This record gives sequence, C-alpha cells and structure tokens, in this order.
Amino acid sequence: MTDATPSTKSRASGALTVEDLKVHFGGSRTLFAKGAALVHAVDGVSFSVPAGKTFGVVGESGSGKTTTALAIMRLVPITHGRVILGDTAISDLEKEELRAARRRFQIIFQDPYSSLDPRKRAGAVVREPLDLMQIGKPAERDGMVAELFGQVGLRPEQRALFPHQFSGGQRQRIGLARALSTRPDLIVCDEPVSALDVAIQAQILNLMAKLQRELGLTYLFISHDLGVVQHICDQIAVMYLGQIVEQADRISLFTNPRHPYTKALLAAVPTVHGNKRDRRSRMRLKGDPPSPINLPPGCRFASRCPMAEARCREASPPLEDRGGGHRVSCFLV
Amino acid sequence: MAVATDPLLSVKDIVVDFKTRYGIARVLDHVTLDVNSGEILGIVGESGCGKSMTALSIMGLVPDPPGKVTSGSIKIGGMELVGMQLDSLRQIRGKDIGMIFQEPMTSLNPVFTVGEQIAESVRLHENASPKAAMDRAVEMLKAVDIPEAERRARAYPHQLSGGMRQRVMIAMALACRPKVLIADEPTTALDATVQAQIFDLLQDLQEETGTAIILITHDMGAIAELADAVAVMYAGRVVEKGTVDAVLSAPQHPYTKGLITCVPHLEPDPPVERHELMEIPGVVPALTELGKGCAFAPRCGEATEKCSVEEPQLLATGDKHLTACWVAQQERAQ
Ligand SMILES: Nc1ncnc2c1ncn2[C@@H]1O[C@H](COP(=O)(O)OP(=O)(O)OP(=O)(O)O)[C@@H](O)[C@H]1O
Ligand SMILES: Nc1ncnc2c1ncn2[C@@H]1O[C@H](COP(=O)(O)OP(=O)(O)OP(=O)(O)O)[C@@H](O)[C@H]1O
Ligand code: SF4
Ligand code: SF4
Ligand SMILES: [Mg+2]
Ligand SMILES: [Mg+2]
Repeated sequence: MTDATPSTKSRASGALTVEDLKVHFGGSRTLFAKGAALVHAVDGVSFSVPAGKTFGVVGESGSGKTTTALAIMRLVPITHGRVILGDTAISDLEKEELRAARRRFQIIFQDPYSSLDPRKRAGAVVREPLDLMQIGKPAERDGMVAELFGQVGLRPEQRALFPHQFSGGQRQRIGLARALSTRPDLIVCDEPVSALDVAIQAQILNLMAKLQRELGLTYLFISHDLGVVQHICDQIAVMYLGQIVEQADRISLFTNPRHPYTKALLAAVPTVHGNKRDRRSRMRLKGDPPSPINLPPGCRFASRCPMAEARCREASPPLEDRGGGHRVSCFLV
Repeated sequence: MAVATDPLLSVKDIVVDFKTRYGIARVLDHVTLDVNSGEILGIVGESGCGKSMTALSIMGLVPDPPGKVTSGSIKIGGMELVGMQLDSLRQIRGKDIGMIFQEPMTSLNPVFTVGEQIAESVRLHENASPKAAMDRAVEMLKAVDIPEAERRARAYPHQLSGGMRQRVMIAMALACRPKVLIADEPTTALDATVQAQIFDLLQDLQEETGTAIILITHDMGAIAELADAVAVMYAGRVVEKGTVDAVLSAPQHPYTKGLITCVPHLEPDPPVERHELMEIPGVVPALTELGKGCAFAPRCGEATEKCSVEEPQLLATGDKHLTACWVAQQERAQ
C-alpha cells in the first residue's frame, strides 16, 4: 500500500510519511524482574514532511522525540505503523534492502563530542559511509570528501586532523559532512545545535539552511529551543507523552497556538522582549508530566491541564484538523 | 527605590590564574561586580568565559592547585573573604552565601534522603537539634513548592524528577537563609515549563525575602525577564555591565550586540520571510593565547588598529552602564 496516502504527498521524492507509529519498550520481553513495565515511548504518531522542507518536533523531555527519530532511522524496533520515504516503505525493509536504502536517510546527533570516533581522522569519518555503501569509485572518494569539507565550511587539509583537534561547532560540521556524504533525501537532526554556544549555533543554523536550499534536503528537526524551531522549521509538531497534541505550519502555530500544552510551553519561554513585570501574568503549569509507564486513561495532559474537565479523564481527544492543516487534540478547542 | 549604600556583595579586581600544560591561563582577569540586597544580577557569556569560576571564587572554592586567586578582594557585608581561614570560610558558605551548582546530581549525595541532606546543612551552621533541623528541612521543601513535603523529605535524590531535584538544591542552598544566593545555570536540562516554575520561585524569593541573587545563564531571555542588572563576560573579563534595561535595549559592546542578534528569539508574531541569522565569526580564543589588546578583537567587526595593541578598560559609557570597548568609549566621548 505504498500509495495509500493521498497522491499529492507521496509523489514528491524525498517526502517522509509516518503513519500511526508506535514504539513500546519493555513489556512481555522485559528484563526487569517485576515483568510487564511497558513504556509507551511513541504511541500513535502520524505526520508527513514535503520534500525540501523542515519539520520540527518539540515537546517535554521524555515525550518521545528521540525515539520517533530513531524509529524513522530504523535504529529502534518499530512496534506498529509505517515509515515511508519517497515511494519506499522503509519500515518494511530488512537486511540487504535496508542497508542499501540507508544512504537515503542520515542522522546527526546533539553531542558532536561523543558521536565521533576519537581515533579516526576527520577525513576518514566522512569517507566511511562512502566506502560502506560503495558510493563512487574508491579513487574518487578522497576528492568527494574534500568537496564535502568545503561544503560545510571546513578546509580540505583539515581532513588529516582528529576530532579532539576541532571545536564543538567544527565537529558538528564534520557530522553534517558525514551525513551529506551519501547524498541523502532526509536528514534527521536530534538537537543538532543544543550543545553549541549561541554564536556557533547561528553559524550551524545558517549552514543547514544554505545546504537545504542548494541540495533540496528534507530535515526532521528535533529541538527544545522554540526560538530555533520557529526560525528554521516550516511545520511543527508538539509532542506530549508519546503523542502529537498539536501540529501546524510555523506561522499558525506561533501566532495561534491552540492546545493548552502548547500555550503553556510558549508562555514558559523567556525572551529578550520580556521583562520582570509581565512575566508574572503568564500562564504556568504545575507539576511534572506523568510517567509513560502507567498512563492515565483519557487525555494525557489532563493531570496538568488548567482547563481539564471530567470528560478529559475518560476519553482521549482525537488529533483533528481544525482547518488549514492545523491539527489539535483537545476536547475544548 | 533603594538609596545608594554599600553593596551587599562586592567583588573587586579578582584575578584567577590556572597552571595548564600550555602555560598560565588567566581565567578571571580583574572581574569587578557589585550585588545589592534584593537585587538579581545576571551573568551571561559563552561557555568557558568564566561564569562558574566567578561563582567559585566568591564561594572560596577555586581548585587550588592548579588554580589560584592571585589578587583582588571579595567582601560580603564589608567582611573580606579573600585569604580568610578555611574554617571561617566554611561558616560563611551556606550561612551568608548559598550556591546552586550547575550539575544538581553531583552535589546531591545519592545515599542520604533529601531531608537528611538539607537538615545536615542546617546543623552545620546553626546549633539546631536533629529534630529542629529536620523540621526546617520540611519547611524549606514546602517553601520551594514541593508537594507532600513530609513524604518527599524521606525520598532519595534518584526518586525525584529533575525539576524536584533542582527545588531540593534550592531548598538546601536557602536552608540557612543566606543573604546571597548564587544560581549557576539552575535550569539547564529542565523542560521549559519546569524552568519557568523554578524562575518564578527565584523571583518570589527575591521579592519576599530580599535575598540577593546572582543568576548565571547563557540565556539572554532569562536575563531580560529576571535580572535587574547584568554583566556580560568574555574570555575571563567583564566586557559590559549595567541595568538590564540599558544593556539589552542599547548594548554597546560589539560582543553583547552579537550575543543578542545571533540568537533566533521566539516571536509571538513571526515574520513570514526568514532572514539569515547574524553570526559572530570565529571561536572563543584559548586563554593561554590571548594577545595584549582587546580579547574580542579577532572576532570583532568594529575593531580598529588600537584594539589589537591596547586593552580597553571597563569604563562608564552611559547612566549605570559600563563598557570595555574603545569604540563604544569614543562614541560616548563625542
Ligand atoms: N531503550 C529504552 N528502553 C526503555 N525506555 C526507553 C528507551 N528509550 C527511551 N525510553 C523512554 O521512552 C520515553 C521517550 O524517550 P525519548 O528519548 O524519545 O524522549 P525525548 O522526547 O527525546 O526526550 P528529551 O527531550 O529528554 O531528549 C522516555 O520515557 C524514555 O525514558
Ligand atoms: N582545572 C582547570 N584547569 C585549567 N583551566 C580551567 C580549569 N577549570 C576551568 N578552567 C578554565 O576556566 C575557564 C572558565 O571556566 P568556567 O567554568 O568559569 O566557564 P563558564 O563560563 O562557567 O562556562 P560554561 O558556560 O561552559 O559553564 C575556562 O576557559 C576553563 O577552560
Ligand atoms: S482534552 Fe481536556 S485535559 Fe486535554 S488538553 Fe484539552 S482541556 Fe486539557
Ligand atoms: S575594543 Fe575594539 S576589538 Fe574590542 S570590542 Fe571594542 S571595537 Fe571591538
Ligand atoms: Mg531526546
Ligand atoms: Mg559554568
């Protein structure tokens, strides 16, 4: 059922479609002594990203952002649902087919320090995927690596250096060069700039935007920094306890947030435009999110929601389009 | 508003040197700061600029060796802390100055309950009975809005969420009612919604008890919304300081300007068209390789010849506004 999604979405190559994705950890196969502690890390997530666009994912810590990313990358087992890239259902691929398809989707991580092998020279780090996936002729690969270095703003002679000889921002550039080496359609970015200083963060964000324009890349961009997300993303999904609670294009989401959690999240961010006096008048959430192990029935946000009513604790509100692709899951909006 | 009196905490010309493999690193270079009671002073700057080291020097906790406070003075309520005996310093720590450290898990002991840990710090400074100290611990947990404080006092750190652990840290730092609280990045690793709760708590504290707070952060938004005054640090120096209104609405040091403009700020009404972010080119210099001029010169778009030969001092460039920059000072003079 490769073409089960509406034809407008599936045609553009590189477009990512995620359908009812679930990733549960533990449960029957658990190693824990007490048995069935099932973690609903991702619990029915659907979205699609047009080719050449950036899709942002924000949300509380532990809401399942990284797990969603890893499932799309086929780096954790998918419990349920499908992941489709272009016209390939990558969630259905196994072994050799999966290995061959990997060149089309790459990931960069938050921590440029720990994600690079300290014993490998930067050039070898970037060349590795080319060798693994046999891209280009072996004799051409050095030249390809040099060109990738140039693309991410590193000097070709820096190929000979080891990761510790680079700054944090430069290491993230190496990560980008490596991700780009296979000419992927999709790059999954999990907090790619969170570990960087603001000055370096701006350099990397500008570089990512430029590479997207030049190469038509599609990004899945996970971040807890709403300013960064607002700047770089075209569509944004807000996650809470394994589910998307709101999704909209960047203008609608920020000018007209509708889910109580999204509103609280936006109100929580201190900005340079704010001041001591008006921070007091903002909406505040109490408490911490409940654990994804013992999920309460009904709306998952009910325990912290200032608007919750009796029915919120009985049934789960569906994620519905409220016009113009602005999706919200809440009984009251 | 407050009349001019001696500041509660006064840090003057503090110099901290570290011996490293590559030579002497001047980690703090003549740092001067004042904090008045009831005031929140923000300290901002990129990683490695000396924010935590400033806090450690006030606490008398600069690791020696390899580090050393080589000169300067730190006074609280007129009492000099530099060179003070360790015993007396221990009394001051906790009693006059409390600190919330950057890594909450490293400063909580995993084998004691959080109630025991708070009670212990009370007993260290006051002649309280075990019972009275534990009562105070519970009272402090209530004060930082921990629900079911009696029960939570018997919990071990790992049994609490990140937000609650940070509240425990604040409760511990406040248990002896210090005059100054130093909060070193108190909300990194916390969710935005929980961060907002912690910030509210700090703000309540300052308003209700008049505790002076030094808030260390890399987030200009947090400075704008919480602090009264701000000091911007670069390469171990304070390069600009003043009231938050003055510094954020009219930054004068090119580094401060860069720090504000290179961040994509959350806008309630974002523009449809997106612009490139401003960049500060290059990276922070190694402290062992600083030249004799302005430390920011290699990255500065406004640098003149003088900048790379002579170091600018922190001088008034406006009302309650000081800047260490030749160009800003010259503009002021005209
Ligand atoms: N391998 C695993 N085994 C069991 N539980 C897991 C595993 N990986 C993640 N989880 C749990 O799944 C939930 C979602 O985690 P995930 O890392 O996806 O969150 P996140 O949204 O990326 O959070 P953060 O913002 O902190 O990075 C969490 O409750 C987490 O503890
Ligand atoms: N033990 C040490 N030996 C040598 N240099 C050190 C030592 N500890 C800290 N430094 C240096 O002191 C400088 C200031 O460090 P500090 O921890 O104060 O930075 P910071 O502004 O708090 O940074 P961050 O935002 O990363 O917390 C850094 O350049 C650091 O490399
Ligand atoms: S469904 Fe009810 S509890 Fe859930 S977000 Fe809406 S109002 Fe709040
Ligand atoms: S003194 Fe010169 S180099 Fe330093 S910030 Fe001012 S203009 Fe730039
Ligand atoms: Mg994550
Ligand atoms: Mg620090």
